[in-house]
Formats: sequence, structure tokens, C-alpha cells
Amino acid sequence: MTDKVKVRIDGEVIAATAGQTILEVARAHDKYIPALCYMEGLSAVGACRLCMVEVSGVARLLPACTTPVQEGLAVATTSPQIQSYRKMVIELLLVERNHVCAVCVSSGHCELQTLAQDHGVTHVRYPYNYPRLSVDTTHPRYVLDHNRCVLCSRCVRTCAEIEGAHVWDIAGRGIHSRLVSELQRPWGEATSCTSCGKCVQACPTGAMAEKGWGVEEMTKQRAGVSRLTSMREGQ
Amino acid sequence: MRKITIDHVSRIEGHARITIKLDDAGQVTDTQFHVTQIRGFEKFVEGRPYYEMPSITSRICGICPVSHLLASSKACDEIMAVRIPAAAGKLRELIHCAQFVQSHALSFFHLSAPDLLLGMDSDPAKRNIAGLLEAHPDALRDGIALRKFGQQVIERLAKERIHPSWIVPGGVNAQFDQQAQEMTLAELPAAMAIVKRTLALWKKTLDSFPNEIESFSNFPTMYCGLVGPDGSLRLYDGNLRFIGPDGSIIADQVNPDDYATYIGEATLPDSYLKAPYYKPVGYPDGIYRVGPLARLNVADHCGTPEADAELEEYRGRLGRIVQSGFHYHYARLIETLYALERMRELLDDSAILGTKVRAHAGVNNLEGIGIIEAPRGTLIHHYKVDDNGAMTWANLIVATGHNNLAIGRGILQVARRFVDGNKIQEGALNRVSALVRAYDPCLSCSTHALGMVPLLLQLQGPDGQLLDEARTE
Repeated sequence: MTDKVKVRIDGEVIAATAGQTILEVARAHDKYIPALCYMEGLSAVGACRLCMVEVSGVARLLPACTTPVQEGLAVATTSPQIQSYRKMVIELLLVERNHVCAVCVSSGHCELQTLAQDHGVTHVRYPYNYPRLSVDTTHPRYVLDHNRCVLCSRCVRTCAEIEGAHVWDIAGRGIHSRLVSELQRPWGEATSCTSCGKCVQACPTGAMAEKGWGVEEMTKQRAGVSRLTSMREGQ
Repeated sequence: MRKITIDHVSRIEGHARITIKLDDAGQVTDTQFHVTQIRGFEKFVEGRPYYEMPSITSRICGICPVSHLLASSKACDEIMAVRIPAAAGKLRELIHCAQFVQSHALSFFHLSAPDLLLGMDSDPAKRNIAGLLEAHPDALRDGIALRKFGQQVIERLAKERIHPSWIVPGGVNAQFDQQAQEMTLAELPAAMAIVKRTLALWKKTLDSFPNEIESFSNFPTMYCGLVGPDGSLRLYDGNLRFIGPDGSIIADQVNPDDYATYIGEATLPDSYLKAPYYKPVGYPDGIYRVGPLARLNVADHCGTPEADAELEEYRGRLGRIVQSGFHYHYARLIETLYALERMRELLDDSAILGTKVRAHAGVNNLEGIGIIEAPRGTLIHHYKVDDNGAMTWANLIVATGHNNLAIGRGILQVARRFVDGNKIQEGALNRVSALVRAYDPCLSCSTHALGMVPLLLQLQGPDGQLLDEARTE
């Protein structure tokens, strides 16, 4: 039998199951915590730092996606400090690479764009990096544009955990980190890729897209990817 | 040697500067037209997937993004080696005509009418659309209504007026609906009435500009434009025709894919705008013009009844080949009438409601060329891609580029006629700017000045010393 615990989220007492994360509990009760690297059905990695929350008794902010609940935990999902950090995180994501919504296939359907709008990012306070990045067009059906990648690693986890092919990885460190397919082979030459396209659907931005779609045309079926996990767990 | 600089030219799309050089007696010896903005699109698109090109290149201009969307999509159609569905072709031409209406209305009413209706020498403080509102409220209202009509048709078709995502490689991404068709048909007569009123007004006003007609790049050049198989005016599809200064056809039914056989591009030392020329003649003698004046010179006829009647009168007044750049305005109005008539023809065709509007394909050719007649003239998009569809090379020749040499020579002609270096007269320098405006140059900018940008004119002595200055606010 699973252990039930009681937690307080923004003052509301909520019954949860031990082992669940703060993010899972909050979302199950319609409490909004933004997140970019988290996707239902995949393991959580706490990479994007957008889901940082205040936990009473803990001096620093904690990522909601990787922090398990425990009896008596009290969480604040928002505060002026949290909001300012989240806005900063979004701005830093925007300056890191070349995000040009005006010509992006995912404009209007992009999680980063939506987060920026939701957090009132009307302008960016930091200088842009403008790195020179490549576009991998070698796959016959899909395209990878590093300019739009936020290194959330959803594609990496989708391919490894759901498809079981593990084509993707992140190479390099820090600002030089890059998504790579099959140890730096062009995507089109990756022999382990099954061309299932689930990485494309999981990608929150226009970094991965189906070939041939114009600006604003690429809509993603993320729920379908998440559902695969829950269906397998139900078996 | 002294020098007058017009920096920058107001009421045009984009940024330009004019330098007028004077001799010691104050007479104009030379002029230069500098386009001061750099575009750079050809370089930074390298590596992008080809099917992104329509949305990227449409950002060149906020006035006629539809032109770039269409030329770019046509180049992509060639890369995909598809024949787009019939309904898609009609829809693309329809939105193109709507864009002609709004763009030509903008050029005539918003940008040039302050000169044309208030007078070249009128008070510069009032020589703008605000002044127009006082003196000619009906004409201004007509202009705004006409532009609005064109913009609304674009929005009805493409969901957005500026930079829509509806025009895509292979066709368009959504079909047209009957309600929008009926609504547009119902609004057409009012738009037609505006154009006819304006043509009548313009024909009455025309005679008050004898000096401008005589000196606004009034010289023989070659002309270029798209024509149909029967030599009729074409805006969206057709083959290239070049005519000589005397009107004789020197190259006809040139497949757009062969444009580079006929058009060369020279790089100028003092401008970011290249200077295309007619290759068989060479540079710089191969000067030719594009745009409304050129299209009406090149075409045998328009192909729609009311525009053809106006064309006949136009040729009756001015001759078969019209050389004065001042008549770009007149030609622009006739083309607006043609665009409206053509819209009616397209809307009356039930095939425009067809449900198949997009062809899908991958890379089947490694090169594609798309040519249309943009409101300002022939627009060429030429792409090369690798096997995976990544852009390896691009060349864009925009309408204003073709006219670069003619604008440059025209400035010299008009400056010699009106500018006296011993005394800067604002009206004289305004005529130099007005010559540029007659070509309605689109200097790759996403905005326009509407007469509010200050015009700084400086008269400098041989050592660069400032002798006289005139400024408009």
C-alpha cells in the first residue's frame, strides 16, 4: 500500500502519495508551476530551473520537478523573487542562441514563446550571444536547428526511455553543450534512429521539426508521447 | 567643388541619401544616389532549409511582404518540382492583386500625393498627409479607403495583413471560403469607383507639371516586364519581355529560368544597392527600367476592358512608349484599375474555392527561380540547395535594383533642371526627392517615413565648410 502524505501548496492542504514530486502534485491539483525540461512520461532532470519553488524551512529554492513531497511540506509556487528568477531564466534562454520567432516553424505553438509571454518578457535585458550554429537537414523527414535548441533534453529522454533507441545525447559542457545524434554523426546517417519522430513531437521549441512546414505551421503532439508511458505502465 | 547632401530622402520605403555636386559657379555637375542600408539576406540564409525562405525573405519589406512570399514560394515550387494546384495559383494571384491595390494606393496617396496635390513648392511643414487632410480631405479619404480594401482582402485570404504565413511552397496553406469571396466581390465596386475618381482627378492635374514631366528622368531607356503569351500585362505569372528605347521588342517570351542570360548585376562603389543591366548591351549602357511605367510600355495591352480603355487614352496622350519617370504615377493608377478588374475575374471563377490548394514534395531540383511583377517591378528570387534542402546560395534582385541606374540618371537630370547652388530652394530639392518617390523605391525597409522624417540639406564649400543649410521637420 502506498503511503499518503499531506502537503500544503500555496496554503492549500493537499493529499499526495509519497514519492510524487512537488510538480506532479501541483499539476494534479491545477496549480501552475512553469517547466520546460519536464514532460509527463519522461524522467525528470531538473535542467531548466523554471520550476523552482520555495519550500518552507529550506533557505534556497528547489526544483519542483525533482523534489519529492513528504509529510508536512509547505510549498509556495510563486513569489516576487521566484517570478523574477523565472523571468531571468527565460531571458537567458533567449539570449543564449538565435531564437527568431518571426521566421520559426513553431511560432504560436512554442513552449518557450508561451512562457516568455506568460512571464511578461517584453524585452531582454542581457546582450545576445548570436552564436553561429548549424542546421542538420540530413534526415529525410526531420530537421534539427541548433539555433532554437534550449538543451532541455526531452528528445534525449524520449528516444532513450520511450523509443529505446537512444540516438540523442548532449555533448560538450556549459555554453558549448550541443545536442548530438549517435556520437556526432549527422542525424540522417544515425543507424539507430528509427525515424519514429517522437523526439520531434517532444521538443518544446522549433529546434526539431518535420521537414517542409513553413512559419507557424509545426504543431506538436506532445500528449501522444506522454500517453505511451502511461499506457505501458497500465499493462 | 561644393556639395549638397539630401540625407535622408523622406516619404520613401527605406533609407537613401542624395549627393549633389556643384561647380564654382553653383551649377550641378554630378549627383549620386546612395542606398545606405545593407540587406545581407543572401548571405545569412545559407544553411537554412529552403522552405523557410518565404517567411525569411518576406521580412525584407513590411509594405509588400506578399511579393517576396510569392517570388520565394515560386522558387521553392521549382525546387520541389511541383505544379501547384489550380486553385492555389488563382489564390496567389488574387492576394497579389490585393497587394498591388494597397501598395499602389500607399505610393500614390500617402507618399506622393502631398507633392502632387499640394504642390512641389508648398509649405514643407504641411506637405504631408496631415496637410492633405486639410486641403484635399476627399482624396485622402479615398486613398485610405483604397489601401484598407487591399489590406483587408489580404487579411481575409491570409489571416494576417503583414507577413502572413499562408503562402507556402507548393501553394497556400488554407482554402478560400465562399463568404470571403462574396464579401470581397461586394466591396469591389467601391474600390473601382475610387480608382476611377482618382484617375479623372489625375488626368486634370497632370498638365500643371510640365517641367517635372520634362525633367523627371525623361530619357530613353530599355524596359523590362512580364507578359502573357499574347503580350498582355501579367503580374503573377508570365515570361520576360525586354523592349528597346524605341519600343522595339529586343527579347520576348524569355523563360524566367533564363533571366541571368539577360540580366547582369554591377556593384557600385558608393551604394549598397547593386545596379542590374541588360547583359547583351553591357554596363552601364544596358540601363533599363521596371515597374508600372515599364510594364505599360512593355505590354501590348492589359487584358481587362476598363484598364485597356485607360491605357488607350494614356497612350493617346503620351505616346506608345512613355519615357518620363513622372508618369509612373499615372501608370500606377491604371495598374490599380487592372488589379481590381483582375480580382473580379478571379473571384467570379468558382475554381478559386477548390479544396486542393497545396502540393507536398521534397527536394527534386537543386535550383529554383521565382519571378513575379511586384508593385515596384520585376522581382527575382533565385536559390540553390544541397541534396537535403539546405540553402547553399541565393540571389535576390528587387524591383528598385533594376531601376537603380535610371534613378541615378534621373536625379542628375532633375537636379540640373531645378537646383541652383547659389541659393538652396527647398522646393527644388523636394523635386529631387520627388523624382525618387515617383519610382516608389522600396529600399528593403519594413517601415516608411510618411513625411515625418527630417530632411537635412547642406551646402558645403570646397573644404567641407557648411555654407547653407535647410531642414524640414
